[in-house]
Amino acid sequence: MQKSNVEPITDFIGTQVLEPWKGIKKVAQQEYFTSGHRTCQGCESAQIMKLMAKAAGPRSIILGSTGCMYVANTTYYSTPWVIPWMHTQLGSSGSAATGTAAGLRALMRKGKMSKEPINVIAFCGDGGGADMGLSAISAALQHTEYNLLILMYDNESYANTDIQVSGSSPYGANTTFSTPGKVQRIMHRRWKKNTAAMLAAGHPECKYVATICTSSPIEAMNKVRRALSIGGPTFIHSLDPCPKGWDYDPMYSHELGELAIETGIWPLYEVEENTVKLYGKSRQIAKGLRKRKPVREYLERQGRFAHFIDEDFDYFQAKTDEMWEKWLVPGVIPFSNP
Amino acid sequence: MSPPKTATAKKAETEGPGGPSAGSEELISGSEAIAHACRLADVDVITAYPIRPYDTVMQYVSQMISNGQFDCDYIVAESEHSQFEIVKHASTVGARVFVGSSGVGWLYAFEALAVTAGLRLPMVAMVGNRALDDPGAFGVEHNDALAVRDLGWMLCWVATAQEALDTALIAYRVAEDQRVFLPCAISCDGAFLTHSQSIVNVPSQEAVNSFLPPYERGDKLLHPDNPITIAPQANEDWVMEIRRQSDAAMRRARKVLIEAYEDLNAKFGRGGEPFIERYMMEDAEVALVGMGTLAMPVKVAVRKMREQGRKVGFVRVRWFRPFPSEELQQALSEVQAVGVIDRDYGFGSAFHSGVLANDLRSALYPMERRPKIVSFVAGLGGREVSAANVIEITDKVFDAAGGDATSDQDTYWIGVRE
Repeated sequence: MQKSNVEPITDFIGTQVLEPWKGIKKVAQQEYFTSGHRTCQGCESAQIMKLMAKAAGPRSIILGSTGCMYVANTTYYSTPWVIPWMHTQLGSSGSAATGTAAGLRALMRKGKMSKEPINVIAFCGDGGGADMGLSAISAALQHTEYNLLILMYDNESYANTDIQVSGSSPYGANTTFSTPGKVQRIMHRRWKKNTAAMLAAGHPECKYVATICTSSPIEAMNKVRRALSIGGPTFIHSLDPCPKGWDYDPMYSHELGELAIETGIWPLYEVEENTVKLYGKSRQIAKGLRKRKPVREYLERQGRFAHFIDEDFDYFQAKTDEMWEKWLVPGVIPFSNP
Repeated sequence: MSPPKTATAKKAETEGPGGPSAGSEELISGSEAIAHACRLADVDVITAYPIRPYDTVMQYVSQMISNGQFDCDYIVAESEHSQFEIVKHASTVGARVFVGSSGVGWLYAFEALAVTAGLRLPMVAMVGNRALDDPGAFGVEHNDALAVRDLGWMLCWVATAQEALDTALIAYRVAEDQRVFLPCAISCDGAFLTHSQSIVNVPSQEAVNSFLPPYERGDKLLHPDNPITIAPQANEDWVMEIRRQSDAAMRRARKVLIEAYEDLNAKFGRGGEPFIERYMMEDAEVALVGMGTLAMPVKVAVRKMREQGRKVGFVRVRWFRPFPSEELQQALSEVQAVGVIDRDYGFGSAFHSGVLANDLRSALYPMERRPKIVSFVAGLGGREVSAANVIEITDKVFDAAGGDATSDQDTYWIGVRE
């Protein structure tokens, strides 16, 4: 990659070198997101917070956009965060990360703070990231002189405010803003935004973009560690099954994550220095080594799709088939060569 | 409004004929004066986003950086919302920050402005006052900055480029004082101050260092060595106590401002009285009150009227938040009538007055002997307020002083086509 003439913080401080953990037994035991929160039973977003903090380690600053992981996690006088944490506004994850990283960089460069690579992570939900905060995230990914990670925990609705549809909600989902009725069965007709790939394709200087799911926890932690080690602004998109918003028994959270991957609805990949690499079952699907499960098996397990009839399942299946059969980069980039 | 050609930043004189604090004389605009203040305050993080007329300050900042005269992290954001959010977060890790906007840009950042005050972060911002859209106008109105008047921002209006520079240093000192920890906005009237040049004494680095201590967050620093959680959900359990703390901070800001002005006067030999400026108020029978560059035509008109033997004076409100109720009560205690000239509007407010008139009326109400208050709206959208306009205003104020019973029951629009 061509080097810009702006002195990045990596030139005089570097990043923390966080080697991947090879297997569950190698994972650090120390937790930095602990008790003190009041998230729902089966909440995979809380799980991703825990994995993210563990992967980042103690020399980190976490910024949290408004959403479940703000409201349910941090009630005054009761915080689960062992590492420094600060709230930021719904659309501000990109700006919060940029500002924190800029403050640290300026103070360290000018000798006002002892030099040390400090991880800066801002998280946002899908409402905060894929909708309101998209432009600030885009801007953050252009500032290659700052080391920061933006992690979008996507539970596919504004789950904190009452389960309202977002730009990242799947087609047809029943939310409190898209409730099926007597005349209209499908109120939410938008197809889910392809946020991670959009950001990777749109920001060629961003060194690392990845998708994760808590059903692959070690892979998720290692992607966080890679994003923090590689330097510059990075982005990770996590799909988080949400018992409240998706309407299923909390005991099935892990299983739904697995099904999202196995049906091809949620591809696991990373884009490192503009090179795409699919992971695990998603790679097997792309290579034709694994047959995708029908999307019905995933959708029928969730109350938010209970109003679906055959034609809705068929439409959802056809759109998912396109991802793997028509896209330029299967599961990732939806262009086609003429 | 042409962009600046060159920034005149100079390494300040360390030893001149006037001693270490002598500084240098420069012909510069209000925007450039504030850019110098940022350089002298050794600001760490600055964010910019284009909107006229405040943006000139960022053009000077950018040039100082590219010329190697100033070292800071300078980020051009993708919106005002991000612009203010970025510096908000930089401030939490201990960085001194500067930011600014105008008109609807300031309002685009409104959410960030609210939380910055709620978080008690000592952000210093410049507002190049501009009329709010629609209809579009580049010219000055004060409604943009005034929109945050109840949120915990310290607000001041300056009248000259020299005052802009000095007030920026005051702003950092007071905002970052741990007794205060509130953001501060310095309002500069669009065009009249942002773009008008005058001779300014740019103080030496040594003088500024002796006046402005470094920014220390203490146990409120967001850093792995101090792993705190900032801004959780407090809800009805605690929000009222937290608001009360902001109230207490704003009350304490008064004393800290007074100390800062005393020190500025001692070290720089200028700065004047904090909160208000009194002009020809000795023996005045009526007084005019206003903010910002309005002072220029008002002072010209007051001098003219004084030559004719009319006993009129002028009080310029420098700090709007905290509002100088005591000083205004004292300054206006001897006059029979006061004419408040608002360069803003307050549609539907008491007597349809502007914001300053309503606050002044409220501040003077407890006085035993209250002067009549006549309210005027003038100079909106950047329209010039002439000396003739000021004389027209003063005539009405003298009418009120002479017993016109209803003149304080409405608001007069001056220089407007009806």
